[in-house]
Amino acid sequence: MDADRAFQSRLECGELLNSIPHGVALLDRRLCLVTMNRTLEAMTGYQALEARGVYGDYILRTDLGSNDQLSRQVLADGKTVARDTTIINTSRTTIPVHCTLSRLHDQQGQPVGLVMVLEDISLLQQAGPGLGAEVRSEIIGHSQEMEAVFELMAVLARTDAAVLVTGETGTGKDKIAEQLHQSSPRARHRFVKVNCGALPEALLESELFGHVKGAFTGAVADRAGMFKLADKGTIFLTEIGDLSLPLQVKLLSVLDDQEFYPVGGSTKLKVNVRIIAATHHRLREEVEQGRFREDLFYRLNVLNLHMPPLRERSGDVQLLLEHFVQHFNRVHGRNIQGVSDEARALLESYPYPGNVRELRNLVEFAVNLCPGGQLGIKDLPRYLSRQPAAPRLQRTAASLPAASALSGELRPRAWPELERQQIVDALLASGGNRTRAAAALGWGRTTLWRKMIKYQLV
Amino acid sequence: MKILLTIRGDFIAPRFDRIAEVMIASCYDRQLLEEPRSILLAESSAEKLCDLALKENVDMVICGAIEEQHYQYLRWKKVRVIDSVIGPHERVLEMALGEELAPGTLLAGVDSVGAGGCL
Repeated sequence: MDADRAFQSRLECGELLNSIPHGVALLDRRLCLVTMNRTLEAMTGYQALEARGVYGDYILRTDLGSNDQLSRQVLADGKTVARDTTIINTSRTTIPVHCTLSRLHDQQGQPVGLVMVLEDISLLQQAGPGLGAEVRSEIIGHSQEMEAVFELMAVLARTDAAVLVTGETGTGKDKIAEQLHQSSPRARHRFVKVNCGALPEALLESELFGHVKGAFTGAVADRAGMFKLADKGTIFLTEIGDLSLPLQVKLLSVLDDQEFYPVGGSTKLKVNVRIIAATHHRLREEVEQGRFREDLFYRLNVLNLHMPPLRERSGDVQLLLEHFVQHFNRVHGRNIQGVSDEARALLESYPYPGNVRELRNLVEFAVNLCPGGQLGIKDLPRYLSRQPAAPRLQRTAASLPAASALSGELRPRAWPELERQQIVDALLASGGNRTRAAAALGWGRTTLWRKMIKYQLV
Repeated sequence: MKILLTIRGDFIAPRFDRIAEVMIASCYDRQLLEEPRSILLAESSAEKLCDLALKENVDMVICGAIEEQHYQYLRWKKVRVIDSVIGPHERVLEMALGEELAPGTLLAGVDSVGAGGCL
């Protein structure tokens, strides 16, 4: 009966280990191999059955110091250790691995052996030398504004300080945060994203810091919070501007001490987490109005990365347009041959209050609607051609934090919008007389007429 | 015939590039000509070990894990390499003399009691 149970338990253990996508080996107290999963069998070239009982170092063949000093140290003091190392398998191939060694205990808390997890990092290492250069791989843009962002990202990826990403909605703050994590030394650990605006305060506290069993009604078991899950990795707090004031205090203490109490818990948990926060709010104004704590603002704003809105990224609309057309061609199995000149002009002159997200949705809409050939104006949403852009332009321009004043009004930086506004101003000043407006602008009457058609002012 | 064994304590070392000691045995007609001699290396290096094997004019290298490039280098230099061997070096040497040793040989007894002897 006992033998049956032992056999069953071994089967279950084997299945459990096989479900883990990294190599896992269990070693006993003498550091002899008890078992290993299929991934590790494939990595080492040895079968668990033939290797059972053999001193682990002879099977795994790592270069973690001589004579298993590290394993013995973990077995002695119980502190989990992680190291980058290599193994050489039976096919004589060297595999770079990230090895984590932890002590195993029995029900009485006595050490019974070690668990060794070996994560194949060969792909990560291949990508390694270009880490800084690859920082932009997921993000598209060649405007001056985006080049500045890429330059800053390469620097930010190499530090461990908190980063505050600001920018209007749809500018790609999430992508930037993820890319920063992927390019940082924490890349092999988890990137945990928490939307601070998506949950009510009480739930968010439990979500961020976890809770212990019985902390509140429904807390039937201990639950690790996002901070704990992101240990050694990066936590991305998006919509940080929507965080309530009491939670801001708790977050500040975590940022300062890197430790916290789970909800209802009496044991402090220590974590090593890099924080990236993002918001579309203007946090400095929120601070002035007392809605955001000043100390937290300064703590988060160690490094600031501002994502420029699409209307300020001259030339990027064109680039993104091509990219999204190709992308949705692939996704929806279409064969759209580019964009017609009129549709392109319309899309380039549009101010995009929803930024890249809006452009992406517009293109997806058009790709789905277009019967074939080129995307035309008729395939674009009607509001684009129906609604005059000028009032929208003024509204969005006024919301720009960095816009400078021109003739008492705030102006956008992209040339097509600026030129259109100049024409409107000149026409207003001349009372609608095109000859006088053209003279004021320093153009011929025909040039003015041509540009008015271009900007749909006739 | 000269045989070089990479060793750690009483056992064949797990990795060719991480060893600090080698044993060189000379034999003729399946018999040892003299007591095998040990050489302690100043540093662990696969390249230096390959140089040593060539300098000593060995005909056979017996080791644990070895990288493909070092394996191919020794083969190119007409050195026979028997790799992925796990076991006590005395027994391994006996098997090598008797022409019974093959790559990947795993001998019993490589548990922590034996392997730990060198710790």
